[in-house]
Amino acid sequence: MWTWFYKLASPPHAYRSAAAMAPWFLAAAAVMIVYGLVDGLVFAPPDYQQGDAFRIVYVHAPSAWLSLFAYTTMAVAGGIALIWRIKVGYAVAAAAAPIGASFTLAALATGSLWGRPMWGTYWAWDPRLTSELILLFLYFGVISLRQAFEDPARGDRAAALLGLVGVVNVPIVHFSVYWWNSLHQGGTVMRLGKPHMAPSMLWPLLAMLFGFMCFFGAVLCMRVRGEILDRERQSAWVRELVGA
Amino acid sequence: MSVGVLEAMSLVVRREMRLAFRRPDQLLQPLVFFLIVTTLFPLSLSPELSLLRDMAPGVLWVAALLSSLLSLETLFKGDAEDGTLEQLTLSAQPLVAIVIAKTIAHWLLSGAALVLMSPLVATALAIPVGAFPTMLASLALGTLTLSWLGAIGAGLTVGLRRGSVLLSLIVLPLAMPLLIFGASATDRAIGGEGSAGALYFLAALCVFTCTLAPFAAAAALRITLE
Amino acid sequence: MHRDFWAMGGYAFFVWPSIGLAIGVLIWNILSARRHHARALVRARRALAMARSETT
Repeated sequence: MWTWFYKLASPPHAYRSAAAMAPWFLAAAAVMIVYGLVDGLVFAPPDYQQGDAFRIVYVHAPSAWLSLFAYTTMAVAGGIALIWRIKVGYAVAAAAAPIGASFTLAALATGSLWGRPMWGTYWAWDPRLTSELILLFLYFGVISLRQAFEDPARGDRAAALLGLVGVVNVPIVHFSVYWWNSLHQGGTVMRLGKPHMAPSMLWPLLAMLFGFMCFFGAVLCMRVRGEILDRERQSAWVRELVGA
Repeated sequence: MSVGVLEAMSLVVRREMRLAFRRPDQLLQPLVFFLIVTTLFPLSLSPELSLLRDMAPGVLWVAALLSSLLSLETLFKGDAEDGTLEQLTLSAQPLVAIVIAKTIAHWLLSGAALVLMSPLVATALAIPVGAFPTMLASLALGTLTLSWLGAIGAGLTVGLRRGSVLLSLIVLPLAMPLLIFGASATDRAIGGEGSAGALYFLAALCVFTCTLAPFAAAAALRITLE
Repeated sequence: MHRDFWAMGGYAFFVWPSIGLAIGVLIWNILSARRHHARALVRARRALAMARSETT
């Protein structure tokens, strides 16, 4: 277990294993996403309240889930890198940030397209929407902090620290936003009764969730390779790699 | 000559105060900014007092957040530029203690001054006097918490040339719970409802950041200064 | 049946852009990750070339 961990922490090894893992993740993601989309859009019955509009959940929920998952990955990888001084951790954190930000945007956009037919408005100050928006701001902060430093190693460490501070703060922001809205308006907002979902609707959703997770794994592997190369530009193994 | 931690902290606080009072314009600018921002709202929305009273908590809190941000940039900057901060990190005292002392001094000079001035603004925004205690308590807790959060942000951006915009970008999302609870406490006090819940929550946030933020800010300084 | 499927019970205007947007984000992620790696390779080659020219 630990030897595996130490091996993965060595940049050339991580670079090669990321390349080896990416196609598998991508293949699994493609299978699950195609199945989820076909089953969810064609075969699942329309919702008795929301009609066919509920089908947006098949892309909205996985995006929202991934936006949080990518943030946690980023913070944990950054934390590991800060504490044990593992360079690969910074590469993972740097790779996860833009992916997470893109899925946060996707979750916001699909949520607003779902909100229009259901709530009658593209944007409501619903707690979920609002906390997702704040998450997007946090991503912007981390990404621009990393880029603001001329010394990349320093930018890496600063961004990792900010990611950790954010991960402590995300639950607080999340719950305070819920509390805030429950003060002002009652339960007018429609919610999807998740535990009561029919299996014919649930299976494609689960497939989409896992498909998006695998997709995240795949693009993280692909992006990490670039980040590792950038950090190891002066090392012997990279010179050997590009010189050959 | 060895100095205890508490003694060193009080020395840093007193030094900060003395330096600040030597440059009173820097002390006053955020307060004037606070006044000007609150003046913008009656001018842009409506001078009607009943409407202003509804908007007042939000206006007060947004203005307080922005003007505290304004002074945060200078929290470590001057000392980082002239090398004082490096000397302080090399001293026998833990960096965390110095960060705590500097943040407390910063709060006394910006947050506490803002709290003292808020009744003036509140009167202009038609907040009833009965809501003043809640408003003052929430602003005091909120600006103190913001100073701690800001210390992290200031520590992270201290060496950067274009740090001030980035500082706002980092600190404002983290400060949103403060805005929510601070404004709602004041709002409820104006409406004559119990505001203890929101105040307790603000106090909890304040204690939480007081315990964790100094370490995060010290770590941030180590990253940017080393 | 076919027309019903594309109409999405009258919600086509909201459902299909959402799906399209999500697929667009997936594709963007793949393309941008590949471009990122390719550019890093170019930068690494340039660094190597510079190091070689300095030593000779």
